Amino acid sequence: MNTEVIDAHDEHADHAPPKGIKRWLFSTNHKDIGTMYLTLSLVMFFIGGAMAMVIRSELAIPGLQFVHPEFFNQMTTMHALIMVFGAVMPAFVGLANWMIPLMIGAPDMALPRMNNWSFWILPVAFGLLASTLFMPGGAPAGGWTMYPPLILQTGDAFPFLIFSIHLLGISSIMGAINIIVTVINMRAPDMSLLKMPMFVWTWLITAYLLIAVMPVFAGAVTMLLTDQFFGTSFFLAAGGGDPVMFQHIFWFFGHPEVYIMILPAFGVVSEIIPTFSRKQLFGHDSMVYAASCIAFLSFIVWAHHMFTVGMPLTGQLFFMFATMLIAVPTGVKIFNWVATMWRGSMSFETPMLFALAFVFLFTIGGFSGLMLAVAPADIQYHDTYFVVAHFHYVLVPGSVFAIMAGAYYWLPKWTGHMYNEKLGKLHFWASTIFVNITFFPMHFLGLAGMPRRIPDYSTQFADFNTIASVGAIGFGLSQLLFVWVLLTAKKGAKVTAEVWDNPQGLEWTVPSPAPHHTFQTPPKLSSADGFH
Amino acid sequence: MIRKSFLSALGLLLACTANAEWALNMPKGVTDLSLETYNLHMLVFWWCVAIGIVVFGVMIFSLIKHRKSKGAESASFSHSTTAEVIWTAIPVIILILISIPTAETMVKIEDSRNPDMSIVVTAYQWKWHYKYQDSNIEFYSSLARSSMAARPKESGVDPFSVDNYLLEVDNPVVVPRGSKIRLLFTSNDVIHSWWMPELSIKKDAIPGIVNEAWFIANESGTYRGQCAELCGKDHGYMPIVVEVVEPEAFDAWVNSHDAEQ
Repeated sequence: MNTEVIDAHDEHADHAPPKGIKRWLFSTNHKDIGTMYLTLSLVMFFIGGAMAMVIRSELAIPGLQFVHPEFFNQMTTMHALIMVFGAVMPAFVGLANWMIPLMIGAPDMALPRMNNWSFWILPVAFGLLASTLFMPGGAPAGGWTMYPPLILQTGDAFPFLIFSIHLLGISSIMGAINIIVTVINMRAPDMSLLKMPMFVWTWLITAYLLIAVMPVFAGAVTMLLTDQFFGTSFFLAAGGGDPVMFQHIFWFFGHPEVYIMILPAFGVVSEIIPTFSRKQLFGHDSMVYAASCIAFLSFIVWAHHMFTVGMPLTGQLFFMFATMLIAVPTGVKIFNWVATMWRGSMSFETPMLFALAFVFLFTIGGFSGLMLAVAPADIQYHDTYFVVAHFHYVLVPGSVFAIMAGAYYWLPKWTGHMYNEKLGKLHFWASTIFVNITFFPMHFLGLAGMPRRIPDYSTQFADFNTIASVGAIGFGLSQLLFVWVLLTAKKGAKVTAEVWDNPQGLEWTVPSPAPHHTFQTPPKLSSADGFH
Repeated sequence: MIRKSFLSALGLLLACTANAEWALNMPKGVTDLSLETYNLHMLVFWWCVAIGIVVFGVMIFSLIKHRKSKGAESASFSHSTTAEVIWTAIPVIILILISIPTAETMVKIEDSRNPDMSIVVTAYQWKWHYKYQDSNIEFYSSLARSSMAARPKESGVDPFSVDNYLLEVDNPVVVPRGSKIRLLFTSNDVIHSWWMPELSIKKDAIPGIVNEAWFIANESGTYRGQCAELCGKDHGYMPIVVEVVEPEAFDAWVNSHDAEQ
């Protein structure tokens, strides 16, 4: 009888997924959950983008035209929270869900029900967060960094903000546990750690970062909550607390968070460049060490966000030197990508174009990052549009372009059809041109003296703001092309299992579209798949 | 192809901003330390340009030469310890070259000993309060009426018609040229940040904490800055104006203040 039950169970697993809403609500399948993460991320990208459009419209010319300062601050705060926690992070988790089991030859994620839960927490968390827009006093307006005492002036939205962050944190921690357990335990038998593809490696490191810092962040916002409602004074000077303590705790989370958003991007780009250069990734092992090094350094540089709060000289010097050090492993990554291209045989399909733009433009963000590390200059740059330019360069043509690159790269594997290459290229060129028109002038604005997070500005800043606003609206509209590419993704020609010209990795050994269940028996690694 | 997009973006920028070149860079300022800061900024900038030329140069060369459509065959190398040691060592050397002068400047910035005069700056939502220590001079400094009238939505006033729109105050801080002025910052409510680009000072004003900064202005003149830390709805409307005057004019200003009271 026992064998019968097991047989019946096995057979069940081969069935098609349940139809309709139940397939998605109760899904434990890594591919379906990956698709849901990516879809949520795209929706959030457009909601956060709409908020960016409000911000840039208001800033297009001096004077207030559309919104009041209160609402402007709500927009900057919500734009950041939604883009960081709603668009960029879930997109990478979505890519991880889809691709990590395929890349390591695992049948699914190690903890499929937890996987389902970690996804379905997200819509609830963002529901809570978005509902604050309709509350008395409006949405949180104290900036995504939530510095007290200002954030304690938030109205009814305050507990909703805190609880939505708790939920996002729980989701991230569960997702990270799932990825670590999967990568450690479920690799194909011959796949030693150093044989893992770079995307898997960078995600493994990212997952450890998430587990390390998300609880710290949850602790910080909980202290805000008790300061507000339960009479504690962690951060209130009047009760003997220290407002600066929050900034230390926040940035102890916040700086690794920055790498949480960029390490998986490094992984995606490290998959794509070798494929379209028709050459192996240069220095695979040193890429692994560089990523680990960046992750380690991310824990000891947090106070470079705080050079103006009044720290002892020795503290400032320590954080400055540690920050500068990050340039070394990051440089290694960029040099390795260039060396991968060197004497390759390159072709320029859409994923490669996005990956190349990533290398160029992320490097520019890295340069402004190096400038920001120089503490006396940072005192001038801090909280100006120079910083806005810097982090948008590493996040938009950095993280977001890498996500786009990954989406185009693996889309044929997901759908079984080639997307519309012409539209893809158009999307790439429009995005690349507009992203530079938007963010490059912000460097000048910051150097010339425009603070960030202001709804209106002195007339000397008018020209560059107008240019940035035109660019932003162009960038926003360009993303509609991406939606069109996705909607018509199944209309293209059918693709083979390999999709591209001899790409390396196990994901290209399964049919396209990838069937609902893959690698039910572990694969053997062969040198044809890039394993030696 | 990438390069083209770069050039077109850059070209567009330059075309639009040819007549606004003065606002492209950090000001050199009017103190020794602001000039040092500017020089550090330019030092790192030129290092970045140099590294950029090399890295982007190699990459663009590769993008042009090593493409499949030109019949390039891919090589099979996948690592080179020599190359990796070189491109780890060179950045380290560059960083050391940058960090030595930077550390020197930081030591000077933190040396606020023996000031000639101290001013206590207290931040409020959304104005500044200045108290000259060892004297009875104290006053609030808020956004000027001309900007106040123009700032609301549908005010009907064109911001371009207002002198120093959003950068003018009712009561500026007046300090003598050539004296070492120490500023002590604190806040009455939330965190603010006192930023004066020409003096190269940006320091947070934090409730319960007293921060300090100092400057010696070498040139007289009127200098403008703003609050730099988000402090609520009117964060964009709390400018700072410092008037550096000759020592005699400063004494006259102090006397006129005493006479008023």
